[in-house]
Amino acid sequence: MDIFVFVKRVPDTESKIRVSRETNTVVEEGLNFIISPYDEYALEEALRIRESKGGKVTAVSAGKEEALTILRKCLAMGADEAVLIKDPLAETYDGLRTARIIAGFVKIKFSQAKLLLFGKQSVGADNAQVPSMVAELLGLPQVNVVVKLDLEEDRGVAYREIEGAQEKVAFPLPAVISAQKGLNEPRYETLKGIMAAKRKEIPIIPIEEIGIAAEDLAPLVAVTRLEMPPARQAGRVTSGPPEETARQLVEFLHREVKVI
Amino acid sequence: MILTYGEIRDNKIKKSSLEVLCEAKRRATELGEDAGAVLIGQAVEGLAADLFGCGASRVFLMDNPALAQYSTQDYAAALAALARKISPSAIFFPATSLGRDLAPRLAARLGVALASDCTQVSVKDGRLEFTRPIFAGKAILSMTLSSSPQVATLRPNVFPLEKASGKGEVIREEHEPAAGVSRARVVEVVGERGGELDVTEADVVISGGRGMKGPENFGLLKELSALIPRSAVGASRSAVDSGWIGHQHQVGQTGKTVSPNLYLAFGISGAIQHLAGMSSSKVIVAVNKDPDAPIFKVADFGVVGDLFQVLPAFKEELEKLRPE
Repeated sequence: MDIFVFVKRVPDTESKIRVSRETNTVVEEGLNFIISPYDEYALEEALRIRESKGGKVTAVSAGKEEALTILRKCLAMGADEAVLIKDPLAETYDGLRTARIIAGFVKIKFSQAKLLLFGKQSVGADNAQVPSMVAELLGLPQVNVVVKLDLEEDRGVAYREIEGAQEKVAFPLPAVISAQKGLNEPRYETLKGIMAAKRKEIPIIPIEEIGIAAEDLAPLVAVTRLEMPPARQAGRVTSGPPEETARQLVEFLHREVKVI
Repeated sequence: MILTYGEIRDNKIKKSSLEVLCEAKRRATELGEDAGAVLIGQAVEGLAADLFGCGASRVFLMDNPALAQYSTQDYAAALAALARKISPSAIFFPATSLGRDLAPRLAARLGVALASDCTQVSVKDGRLEFTRPIFAGKAILSMTLSSSPQVATLRPNVFPLEKASGKGEVIREEHEPAAGVSRARVVEVVGERGGELDVTEADVVISGGRGMKGPENFGLLKELSALIPRSAVGASRSAVDSGWIGHQHQVGQTGKTVSPNLYLAFGISGAIQHLAGMSSSKVIVAVNKDPDAPIFKVADFGVVGDLFQVLPAFKEELEKLRPE
């Protein structure tokens, strides 16, 4: 089975985010970048499917050349191949633009793809748009926020998380699936994997080669402001006998802020 | 018109959908337009009254047995057909699991951009400006969309409900799902937890962290939740990664971002990823043994103490408030 996993380079979740009010961008200086955590679940799932059913796993990222680092990590974890679609633009927050690039890439280079795996959202833009948009542009079925996936030759069943329950969804292949935490526990790279990954070549495909009209690559999102959230003031802190602190707490909630 | 999607669960319109409609009505009034809603499903006409009560002047009914069960592809196709026919200036969805699944598919079908999980919508030069948290709330992004209609999902529990006149017109729209489409199909809803609220939709979130010490103690939080209407149990990443509670309860950057009226944090130190996911809560209460825990920096009311002593006392005080 030919499986494609789409990964994005994002700031580590431990990071403190700083913004530049002049350029309306996130300050990248001093940030540590990682593969977006949900994408790791997607990659792990792809590797497990290959291990049980055979096939090939290709990791793909769209972005600047810095994304080669996370593609190398995908190879070290066990992906057979990796490809970078080189996009000169920094973060646009426009999911449709990214989806058009990915869908164009799949159509032109890998129309035999059986399964397209994504993380349910990137940690950062938090858009959760690209998997569904790629599915629509390619005319494929989608299942998002998947916590369990069972595949057969030409179809599958996925369990998707919804509020207070799960939907069991049946779908034919090829399909688009986006991964949620809980789907699996991603493996660590092995030393052998890291060494092998270093020797592998990662082809770089310039975005122009995908053949998307220039007007379809112009972002439809215009950022008007990027700012820090309003700082919260620390309130009062109390300590003492539990009966007393509990009484003060209920008084605060019931009489003062009236939320209970 | 600003069109809104009326999400139905258990034969009722979700509160988050009504919130979205109320916000659409406010912004539409500012733009000199009206607000509408669309209902897709089977035998759903009876629900239109709730939408009129929140300011819809027209409710579009796509009532068809073939659309009884939610299907991303069929619903997106139905909405795209309606959008092409009535040309709304904007389409709003609640940022629920359904809205987050359906809105991007519709946007791609219409070839337009989407603003996800917005917490504020304002009018700027006759267009809408959408404000939304990024990095789970570590920064706030405002943006405009140059494509039309302007499609957005709005975060539950953020936009206020407002009663309206209650009058409007029901318009039936015929729509047949296309035959021969390769589609994903919901075959079953499993593990329904008897109307248990999701942390993203609860008015009160009661969360536990590493200080809960083990899975058995989350029962204490569930007991507390039973006393508080519209509450749900949340957790920090370390509690989830220790296997004490399911990940669907996780609040924070690799979990859910919540904005309840009240966030109660028991035994949560306040790692940066967790603070990002809950700092937009209206009132925050923290109970922790460690007076230097970072959670106290964002808490409106902090109790330094042993949660296993404070929790039972708190429960007892709450029970005193209940009418006899």
